[in-house]
Amino acid sequence: MPTTAVRVSGLTKKFGEVQALAGIDFEIPEGTIFGLLGPNGAGKTTAVRILATVHRPDAGTAEVLGYDVVNDAHEVRMRIGLAGQYAAVDPNLTGRENLRLMGRLAQVEPSYIPPRADELLHSFDLVDAGDRPVRTYSGGMRRRLDVAASLVQKPPVLFLDEPTTGLDLQSRQELWNTIRNLVREGTTVILTTQYLEEADQLADDLIVIDHGKIIAQGTAGELKRNLGGTVIELTMAEDADVDKAVSLVGAVVGTEPERQGSLLRMPSPDGSHLLTEMLRRLDDGGVQPTGVALREPSLDDVFLALTGHAAEEEEAAANGRGNGQAKGGRKGRRS
Amino acid sequence: MSATTIATGRLPVAKRSALAKEFNDGRAMIGRNLIAYKRVPQLLVFSTIQPVIFVLMFTYVFGGAIAGALPPGVPYVDYLMPGIFVQTVVFGSLAAGVGLATDLKSGLLERFASLPVTRSSVLVGRTGADLGRNIFVVILMFIVGTIVGFRVHTNVFGLLGSMALVVYFGFALSWIFATLGLAVKDPETAQAAAFPILAPLVFASVAFVPATSMPGWLQPWANNQPVSSVVLAARALVLGGPTAHYVFWALFWCTVVLVIFVPLGVRTYRRAI
Repeated sequence: MPTTAVRVSGLTKKFGEVQALAGIDFEIPEGTIFGLLGPNGAGKTTAVRILATVHRPDAGTAEVLGYDVVNDAHEVRMRIGLAGQYAAVDPNLTGRENLRLMGRLAQVEPSYIPPRADELLHSFDLVDAGDRPVRTYSGGMRRRLDVAASLVQKPPVLFLDEPTTGLDLQSRQELWNTIRNLVREGTTVILTTQYLEEADQLADDLIVIDHGKIIAQGTAGELKRNLGGTVIELTMAEDADVDKAVSLVGAVVGTEPERQGSLLRMPSPDGSHLLTEMLRRLDDGGVQPTGVALREPSLDDVFLALTGHAAEEEEAAANGRGNGQAKGGRKGRRS
Repeated sequence: MSATTIATGRLPVAKRSALAKEFNDGRAMIGRNLIAYKRVPQLLVFSTIQPVIFVLMFTYVFGGAIAGALPPGVPYVDYLMPGIFVQTVVFGSLAAGVGLATDLKSGLLERFASLPVTRSSVLVGRTGADLGRNIFVVILMFIVGTIVGFRVHTNVFGLLGSMALVVYFGFALSWIFATLGLAVKDPETAQAAAFPILAPLVFASVAFVPATSMPGWLQPWANNQPVSSVVLAARALVLGGPTAHYVFWALFWCTVVLVIFVPLGVRTYRRAI
């Protein structure tokens, strides 16, 4: 029977006027990947920071491997690794020195540290750069080192706050593989992301957070099924075509498509079948779309479906949150 | 040293006493901050060039004009050097604020907060590294001073006592600026906020000129404020004359600063992340 790695109950946290978390509950079984999905300012980072003992909750409880994050913070810290939102490595130290420093601070028995640092430099493709100051690294290299630094002590529970932000496609996929391997070895991974695809690729279970509340819970597949699967987008050349297309397409789908200027968007529960039918009708009606796209629902679609508002609207809330100055100033990597 | 396994898969934990752990954390943090001076030597060069220029400028440019106001038998360079020691560590103490604000912005402090390290070690690491740097810089200033004619009137113990007092003062000030840096959370702001505090302390003091040349209303401040107290003590230790009174006040100020700002700094650190 699987044991519980993380148990969260009634967690709330307020920064000034902003309610970052408004009472969330969830449980994560050991050895699984758990995704926290949501837009900027939704409360994902706050949840992770509380679990990683960086912040204290205002109310509610959180346990990691049976230890309370407030009362047994030290025991929690001995068992977790955290890669926060910003590549938190010392720019003046080399990659190797950074890893060794983190190992030392994680209280790892000294003889284990140098071989572990070498191993991580190897698996994160940083061997050549290992003895160069991090100042000289590219953004992607820094990010990889940051994730590596959270793994030095081989933590049983790992928190990754938007780990693939700023990584190119290849690095992203390599990191996904690394995460899968960690879980295979028994690590529990808690991952925040703004990308449904990432949660889809990795997470066994996920929650969607908005305004500090859980608005949906389940597997990525379940969430997408609720959304109606893939989305079709059609771009029209002329306004007259748009009106005509709306009625033609509407007849196929059964509901009126969402309209944004010359763009039509509609859910497509059975994937490409509907698209073929739609294009034939448009062709019969003498309307030629200039662009056709069939894509997986994005986080925006999830948000639109779940909350009735788009994810970008959350930006304003995100900017007003917590110690805004420090957060707003940090690298500006979040879009 | 033996190791303990605390969880499956996790690398074994070094078995350390609470004190040994404190030592491990502090040394690791101090080490990382000192490496910055090795990797970015400009940091050290710029913090030493300015006092060197002061030594040369004050000695050769103002020395003649000030000589008349000095006690008989004391060349200006001998009067000046203890003041330069103090001025160097005072401006050097800014680094603590700038450094911690930078670490906060980069997310490093967040990472440290999730690690099983002693809470105070982050601050000890910063102020301890600055203490090391100050020892180096004060010795360097002594060498530069000696080249331009600085002579100790007392003995080697007076000199060492003087230097020790100055670096102790620098250490105490580091805690003020560590607190400030964590409170303002931004390196540029930390730098900008510090200058208006430091300028009246350093320049309206007896570091470079005797208070007798200042207007009457300024003299009580210039004679008794913390920087002047430390300068007077450091000067008495190398020039001779009555010493105990000055040293008492210098130690008093350093201790007051530490008693207030060590707990305040740790508190500000906890709230800053």
